[in-house]
Amino acid sequence: MDARFAAESQVTVTTTVNGELRTFTAPAHRTLLDALRNELGLTGTKSSCTEGECGACTVLLDGKAVNSCLVLAAEMDGHEVVTIESVSRDGVTDLQEALLKEGAVQCGFCIPGQVMSAEYLLSHTPEPTVEEIRSAMSGNLCRCASYNRIVNAILATSKKRVSTGE
Amino acid sequence: MSDALRSQNNGISLENGVIGTRTQRYGGIERVTGAQKYVADLDFPDALQVAVVTIPVGCADILAVDTSAAQAMPGVVAVLTAADLPSPMPRFGVSHKDRPVMADGRVNFYGEPVAAVAAQTKEQAEAAARAVLVEYRELPGVYTLDAALAPDAHLVQDPSDPTVRPKDALRESNVLEGQTIAWGDVAEQEARAALIVEDSYTYPMMTQFPIEPLGFVVEPTDTGGLDIYCPVQHPFLLQRIVADLVGLPLTRVRVVAPDPGGGFGGKQIPKLEPLVAFLALKTGRTCRMMLNLAETTESIRRAGSQVHARTGFSAEGDILFHQVEIDYQLGAYADVAPRVMTKGSYVGAGPYRIPAVLIEARAVLTNTTVSTAMRGYGCPQISWATESQITDGARRLGLDPARVRLRNLVEKGEDFVQGEYPAQADGEWKEVVEKAMQLAHWDEPLPERHGRGIAMAIKSSATSGLSQSLVRLLFDGGALVYAGTSDMGQGARTIWAQTVSDELGVPLDQVVVVSGDTDIVPFDLQTSASRSTVFMGTAVLRACRDVRRQVREMYAERIGVQPEEVRDEPGLLVTPDGPVPLTAAARTALGPLRGEFLGQGTCRLEGRKGHPLGGDASFYEFNCSITEVEVDPGTGQFVLVRHVTVCDVGTELNPIQVTAQDEGGAIMGIGQAIMEQLVYDDHGRLLNAGAVDYRVPTYRDVPLDLCTGSIENHDGPGPYGSKGMSEGPLLCTGAAVGTAIAEATGAKITDLPLTPERVWKETRSAAQAMTR
Repeated sequence: MDARFAAESQVTVTTTVNGELRTFTAPAHRTLLDALRNELGLTGTKSSCTEGECGACTVLLDGKAVNSCLVLAAEMDGHEVVTIESVSRDGVTDLQEALLKEGAVQCGFCIPGQVMSAEYLLSHTPEPTVEEIRSAMSGNLCRCASYNRIVNAILATSKKRVSTGE
Repeated sequence: MSDALRSQNNGISLENGVIGTRTQRYGGIERVTGAQKYVADLDFPDALQVAVVTIPVGCADILAVDTSAAQAMPGVVAVLTAADLPSPMPRFGVSHKDRPVMADGRVNFYGEPVAAVAAQTKEQAEAAARAVLVEYRELPGVYTLDAALAPDAHLVQDPSDPTVRPKDALRESNVLEGQTIAWGDVAEQEARAALIVEDSYTYPMMTQFPIEPLGFVVEPTDTGGLDIYCPVQHPFLLQRIVADLVGLPLTRVRVVAPDPGGGFGGKQIPKLEPLVAFLALKTGRTCRMMLNLAETTESIRRAGSQVHARTGFSAEGDILFHQVEIDYQLGAYADVAPRVMTKGSYVGAGPYRIPAVLIEARAVLTNTTVSTAMRGYGCPQISWATESQITDGARRLGLDPARVRLRNLVEKGEDFVQGEYPAQADGEWKEVVEKAMQLAHWDEPLPERHGRGIAMAIKSSATSGLSQSLVRLLFDGGALVYAGTSDMGQGARTIWAQTVSDELGVPLDQVVVVSGDTDIVPFDLQTSASRSTVFMGTAVLRACRDVRRQVREMYAERIGVQPEEVRDEPGLLVTPDGPVPLTAAARTALGPLRGEFLGQGTCRLEGRKGHPLGGDASFYEFNCSITEVEVDPGTGQFVLVRHVTVCDVGTELNPIQVTAQDEGGAIMGIGQAIMEQLVYDDHGRLLNAGAVDYRVPTYRDVPLDLCTGSIENHDGPGPYGSKGMSEGPLLCTGAAVGTAIAEATGAKITDLPLTPERVWKETRSAAQAMTR
């Protein structure tokens, strides 16, 4: 086993991250989560369970929400990744503002993942019901259990966006 | 409530301030944008990564550790074994110094490190850790309370080891400590009882599951010291323990504690930090170890319990006596768990007026994950039994379980713990119960298959404490507040900012809260027991008042009047020429040299010798919870139709944070009632660490109607009449849900969690018993 690690195979990946073409080299087994955090320095995406259950590492991959801990960085060649850093590039969004207003943010560790899942939900279901929100968001754990606050924030954002045609 | 705390700050009204308003979270923007730096986000470019070597059993003698293959692997800088550490093995702990830095010839729980590797990358460290060969002989470890208490049980802590429990009379058993709380004459009351309810209950082991896993970084400094980066609830405790272990003065051990991503008690007491510190000393390099959730679960948990209870009632519903035997299942080392036992059992008879009580509690060592503090401490375990007993008694007497409780509930000022060290109700608890009943529509009839359960509980807060704070009022009217409380989600920073804003008249966006660095921030004993609003809140308030006094005195001197001619009030000075904003007065007072005012505040509460808790509680958290369920008897599946939780909080300093903490506590309590439990196999291996196998509540587990409420009588010892809060909502959730299911199904369940399988089985058994 020593030899395998000595000659750990490296891959070079070119992918669009937050609208920019990025190239990096990493061990072949590197997950997208670790590549974002280590190779690309984007630490807004959080690492928690590392087994696809908690949702803290949620990013958008070609527009869809995925657990970045379950995706290999090597698979990213030619694909497009959007992280929390991109969502907040132009300041705090309406959804983020609503989360603060509703008191949804406590320890905050799960919040970047919650934001990504909520944005994905709103991208394909602009006017979700409470039940649809609970179902769509159920892959994002919050141990502070701000669940009802987050649901309220998503509802408020949806209402605002629909009424302003955003 | 102690006089030390009582002597201040009640009765201040700040009608125009931000205290009492839904002020948004301090640090909220960083948290929603991903900019907040948690410990794993800090950059240590040259750090070595650490992995520990463990063995796949929970109890074994270590016969040999061969590190030669691992040492030769790529990227490996050091492999640390027990042989590299001082002899005797350094041990640490809060009540007992019993935990070794790493396994000392014997592994006492699954996951205990036998060796540790530092390498250039995490992958290299993990590969080398796997290549360390450990020869061991498995021992018949004790993994359950029954096994640990059996007559010929394996002893978790070697009684012959002079360093472990040398003077301890119980050292030939696995009982680490016991406590008896007793008053009145049980036999005499038993003779009067119309009904005696007797039953046994179990409360499983659970884990804190902070969504941010544990992580530790230790950096050797140029001056021979250590900088430790760790999301710890008690930075000053970690500093002291590491300084003691490695023999450094406090000035050479600095703990930097980034805001934790949730703690729930699991981030209080040091665990692997000392091991990483020794690795940093050995290598002279920064050593970093970040765990994932499963590894975190293998490191922290709550004590499970077995309870046997007997409760006597009069025909009218008076509780005549309550007798409890409770064993708390600790892990292999004490941690703070003996105190979990004493604090839980001290209030174990509940908030009632009971003529005779006998509670016998034991803290029992087992070869399992070290059991530590967790939200609610030792109260949920015992309240599960006590509250189930009361509802059972009420129903058998044909009485309303809520009204039986109200009948026995103590009034404000009345003893609910009697005997040599009594405890008195410090709030209008009846109002809490009545509000909960109203919110839950308690007296409205229920549809078929529905059931309602009510429960209540109390928890003692801190019984001693020390918090110190500094407040700097700057020339331009901004302010910095230094407070050592760890803001792990409860929102402490927000409360300090609100306090400074109101007291000094500084806009919220010009208040900076500095926390989490033992080199910069004054001493704070700990962030635990919902104490911070009361203890650190008082220190911050006093520091603000100190600034106000200084401004008043210097301003008077500057304008040439006597200090008595000027009065300070929140945010302003009242001068002979009328009111002046405090910040403007401060500028005038400081004059051309500018500079700043530096205020200091301390809140100290000494304990009381002999008291079973080491002192009188500074306040109590009182909660009443009511749950309504709908159960499908065919499958045991149930829906939480409504859950109501009401607490006595004194004053809501920030209503949105109170609501969020109450909802979070209630949902965590519901998780513990219906799904959470740790499972070990016959070799002491934890089978369900991690998010896949350990279930916690998701969006879909939240009750359809979750309703929180507070009672505010401004009668707490904290600033503006506040009390601590946030543990209350999970103290008695188990019994609220359990007795609701019992009402819906006719099946009384005595074991948690209340899984559908268990509900279905018990419902079937109850139905069969009825037809027999």
